[in-house]
Amino acid sequence: MLLEMQDLCVRFASRAGDVQAVRGLSLSMAEGELLGLAGESGSGKTTAAMAIPRLLPRNATVAGGRILFDGEDLLAKGEPEMEALRWKAISVVFQGAMNALNPVQRVGSQIAEAILHHEAATGRDEARRRVEELFELVGIPAARSASYPHEFSGGMRQRAMIAMALACKPRLVIADEPITALDVMIQAQILNLIKRLCSELGLSMILISHDLSVIAETCDRVAIMYAGRLVETGGAREVFESPAHPYTAALLGAFPNVNKERVFVAGIPGNPPSLIEPPRGCGFYERCARRSPGCDEAEPASVDLGGGHVAACPLARGGSR
Amino acid sequence: MSDKLLEVRDLLVRYESRRGPFRKPSAVRAVDGLSFDLRRGEVLAVVGESGCGKTTLGKAITRLVGASGGSILFDGRDLLKVEGSELRRMCGCFQTIFQDPYESLDPRQSIFDIVAEPLLIHREASSEAELRARVHAALEAAGLHPAEEMARRYPHMLSGGQRQRVSIAAAMILEPELIVADEPVSMLDVSIRAEIIRLMLELRERNRLTYLFITHDLSLAWMIADRIMVLYLGKLVEIGGADEVIHGALHPYTQALVSVIPVPEARSRSGQILLKGETPSPIDVPPGCRFRARCWKCAELGGPAICAEREPEPLPAGEGRLVACHFAGTHL
Repeated sequence: MLLEMQDLCVRFASRAGDVQAVRGLSLSMAEGELLGLAGESGSGKTTAAMAIPRLLPRNATVAGGRILFDGEDLLAKGEPEMEALRWKAISVVFQGAMNALNPVQRVGSQIAEAILHHEAATGRDEARRRVEELFELVGIPAARSASYPHEFSGGMRQRAMIAMALACKPRLVIADEPITALDVMIQAQILNLIKRLCSELGLSMILISHDLSVIAETCDRVAIMYAGRLVETGGAREVFESPAHPYTAALLGAFPNVNKERVFVAGIPGNPPSLIEPPRGCGFYERCARRSPGCDEAEPASVDLGGGHVAACPLARGGSR
Repeated sequence: MSDKLLEVRDLLVRYESRRGPFRKPSAVRAVDGLSFDLRRGEVLAVVGESGCGKTTLGKAITRLVGASGGSILFDGRDLLKVEGSELRRMCGCFQTIFQDPYESLDPRQSIFDIVAEPLLIHREASSEAELRARVHAALEAAGLHPAEEMARRYPHMLSGGQRQRVSIAAAMILEPELIVADEPVSMLDVSIRAEIIRLMLELRERNRLTYLFITHDLSLAWMIADRIMVLYLGKLVEIGGADEVIHGALHPYTQALVSVIPVPEARSRSGQILLKGETPSPIDVPPGCRFRARCWKCAELGGPAICAEREPEPLPAGEGRLVACHFAGTHL
């Protein structure tokens, strides 16, 4: 396994009390895998992923668990060791490519700077050559490396962000909502680029998205979070064809599907629970159409459906058949 | 009463934009000669990429931006020519729901004040009691219960879905005939979207509303609209029944857009038509067909001269459909 998160807990300090954003997440991924991490706002997906390179906001604390990267516990490492791993081993494509680039610096030199910072032995010419290669790799003409961010379109900026994440040949890339706010056609272009890069370079990637359709057609495996917990994980095909957790099924049902009959989608009435005082039992209890007495009392055990398909619901075994 | 609520003819919206402090301003052709009818009681979805003019179109109809030419006939009168008190009166007939419920509501106003404001501006409530009753009724109708308590709250105390319900209540309170909804659910979580859309459609039935529904999301448009209109760089590309446009697109641009609609199914994609590049700027609109440079069909046909020479006009293509392409037709 390239990455194993075991019982990860992350809290945010807030005036109203501690928010338990991630509540005991266990998740693993193999080398070369494209893992989709899905969930709605507040589900804890970005927090869990950003805990890996330790890029959490100041008011966040990892309250427990382990993050094994290549067998080593990242949480046991000091900041200088993490600094050495960041970008070279684990890099990030941040949400909102529009704001992540420095507007007064040429795009190419921003990427060169990242290379020079993380690989002290590299010379300027070497860095410049690498930038041009990276540009070609992500589909931007090398000559455009002298442009400023405002001269790039939204799609090109996102490509540049991907180039920057790949600059130091990392083993794991975390892409946080990389296509949100882009036009449909550009979204398709970027997703195809991500898929191509993963297969050509043997990259491992965590793709964070609120959009199940995007994950369905891009990822090998999928993990779905709700209220700080993992509710279901498995191969993309298994999870999307026979969702075992009522939340996964309900969320899938909330997306219109142009390949199927034209029906009005059903939403999920209600709102997620407060994570300041998280529920004792299943986090989805209040909104679950298939709940039974007792679901709100104890945390549901994980049901193993075979082949790496796991769902945190007692109904899972019957539900997926 | 005509079955057409609006007749939009040759609508032009141009504005000047400076690309740099020392450059000459250039004309942006945001809506560039657009004609269509809006039928009474229908949901017409307007789709297209950013820069296609869909938002500007909505603003031109509600007179939030001025038009540079053309006409918008409403009950035989040209909306673009009404002014003063008459304009104010007519504005009550056309309301807008904006995309971002976090920005469109004044954080310092209570929910009561937000929803009551249109009534006060239009002096429609004759007494304090009537004002109160109408605001509470609008909140209830928008699914904000109990209305009395909700009315006392402020926007920051509400969830995104509840805020959008407030926008809907404020838009409905003058009992408009047309609602321009500009991406009303794209900021909301997927699980919340369905309820908001359902509310909007229920209110259509109850209040005999017509919607101009602006969205970039083709599958959403397909699900809720009666008809879909596709725009590209301010021009009509294709219009027709929602199912016909999605499952039998005739214009190469629509066909490409439809081919990349994400679906919640794990399967390897086939038949994706990926367009190269992005929508050019509405400042430098090329002559001939404005989609030509990105058109896969034009490339497939070896770049026919007519595409570069003549701008295709929307022509009838079957029942209630118009397509603006010299080589319109189903592909594959």
